[in-house]
Amino acid sequence: MATLTTHPDCVPVVSYRFGKGATNIEKYIAMQGYESARKAIALGPDAIISEMKASNLRGRGGAGFPTGLKWSFVPKQSAKPKYVLVNGDESEPGTCKDRLIFEQDPHSVIEGTIIAGLSVQAKMGFIYLRGEYRYLLQIMEKAVADAYTKGFLGKNIFGSGLDFDIVTQTGAGAYEVGEESALMESLEGKRGIPRIRPPFPAVVGLYGGPTIINNAETIATVPHIFRMGAAEYAKIGTERNGGTRLFCLSGHVERPGVYELPMGYNLKKMIYEVGGGIPGGKKLKAVVPGGASTPALTADEIDIGMDFDQVGKAGSMLGSGGVVVLDEMTCMVEFALRTMKFYAHESCGWCIPCREGTDWLKKTLTRLHNGGGVEKDIDNIRYLAENMLGRTFCPLGDAAAMPTIAFVKKFRKEFEDHLDGKGCPHHYAAEPEGALV
Amino acid sequence: MSTQPAQPATIFSPVLAARFDKLVTLYPVKRSALVPMLLYAQDEVGYLSDAAIAEIAARIGITELDVRNVISYYSLLRTKPAGKFHVQVCTNISCMLRGGNEILEHCKKTLGIANKGVTGDGLFSLEEVECIGACSWAPAAQVNYEFHENLTPEAMDKVLEGCRARSSGAKK
Repeated sequence: MATLTTHPDCVPVVSYRFGKGATNIEKYIAMQGYESARKAIALGPDAIISEMKASNLRGRGGAGFPTGLKWSFVPKQSAKPKYVLVNGDESEPGTCKDRLIFEQDPHSVIEGTIIAGLSVQAKMGFIYLRGEYRYLLQIMEKAVADAYTKGFLGKNIFGSGLDFDIVTQTGAGAYEVGEESALMESLEGKRGIPRIRPPFPAVVGLYGGPTIINNAETIATVPHIFRMGAAEYAKIGTERNGGTRLFCLSGHVERPGVYELPMGYNLKKMIYEVGGGIPGGKKLKAVVPGGASTPALTADEIDIGMDFDQVGKAGSMLGSGGVVVLDEMTCMVEFALRTMKFYAHESCGWCIPCREGTDWLKKTLTRLHNGGGVEKDIDNIRYLAENMLGRTFCPLGDAAAMPTIAFVKKFRKEFEDHLDGKGCPHHYAAEPEGALV
Repeated sequence: MSTQPAQPATIFSPVLAARFDKLVTLYPVKRSALVPMLLYAQDEVGYLSDAAIAEIAARIGITELDVRNVISYYSLLRTKPAGKFHVQVCTNISCMLRGGNEILEHCKKTLGIANKGVTGDGLFSLEEVECIGACSWAPAAQVNYEFHENLTPEAMDKVLEGCRARSSGAKK
């Protein structure tokens, strides 16, 4: 099934127990498992949060918000129960890392959830997997049951006098549910429609109670921070970007795979050394650095460190860790169209700029790609996308708009090449042998 | 006369009915069990039939309309039967770059059905799907919940043949 790929530059932190049978709770315990939760109990809420802040861990879902800071926003006193919600609804195109964590080290997610709960005195956590990952639900349910048997979950966990329960479930197919507020709606048994913020989930979240919501990789990292010590963990990455990241290399590379590399690892090196370069000796055209929502970088923009700040400075986002590599044969209009088809399909329809915008963009891109476009379409695509930006309830609208703007801006010539009425001039499928190698 | 309370009538198997009884107690509100219940009901019945929807609505204490409203949001939930083997081919970006569209076309040709079609014998249904989380092992497809990765048309044929063999094996 899903396995990690390694390279001499890899630094195993989250993948420390991958491939070592850690789904078995005894083996997990033998590899320092659940020691971090015990440490966290001894430390207490304030010290847990300071340790998290010191680790410089930033949210692995895509936005890169500092995790310790996020946890510190949960009010100490609350009339309503507090919750921890683990976002394992991984569905950003190009991303397949959380799947590995659940499959190879389910207890790290459970232990991270417990520590998050301890930091805000929550008594209940939810682990929400995407519906397509049904086989992982079985792994997670077994792991949760084993943790209950050991007394690590339930009443009086680790003999501490504290209680903590975990429920795990899957979604049923919806990209939008990976957005934190839509995720809460889905967990409450409703359509996954986003909530307006503020209030933020840390104050008013699941069932109206203060809620910590973090990506599965973020949560799975937490026990390792307490295992290694925050200072040691922070040292691995770059400034304000602690630790490692599971990067999912896909597309036109010799050795696609999920690799755990230090934050700030050079993107060019990642593609040419870790990934083995472009198949067939072809040239690189573009890289989508962090999942479909992130603006593509051109071949001469990739000599950058892969951390939130450096990729941000280069005009894109580190996003979800999904690095999609495109060779010179790729038609950027077709790529833009496929990306937009996805967003049009996944838009929940709740707010108009996203619902209408993604659909019109899909239609215009389809016409252009088929050769029926007019010159004005190119500017219209950019105009539509720019007018969606920042005008939607949730980031899905931005996620559709940002890459589209970049495609038009950086590859305008290719869009213009489609205007002669003859259809796509460089459809890679026209030379399947070259493209499929 | 028995002192045991009468069991409510259920369309589900005793195992699933018991699972549902427990599921609604796990969450702070009953309704949170809705999406998992719909999935498990679909797994057992094959799709979300009127009877399944009615029973789930009653178990949670919401209207059938509420349940249908939720069903229509999620792409994995269906109110019509699919094939015994539901073949879901990903054509999203990472799969597209490595031949996902070709796998989809190959399935259409081999199975003789269009996207969202069901074969006459009810054995296969085909669907083009969005990213399934197998990007580094593209192109990929799922048959029911099973992942098949690093596909080629030949490998896809083997997957489909495997389904046929399993089906005829089960009949004997």
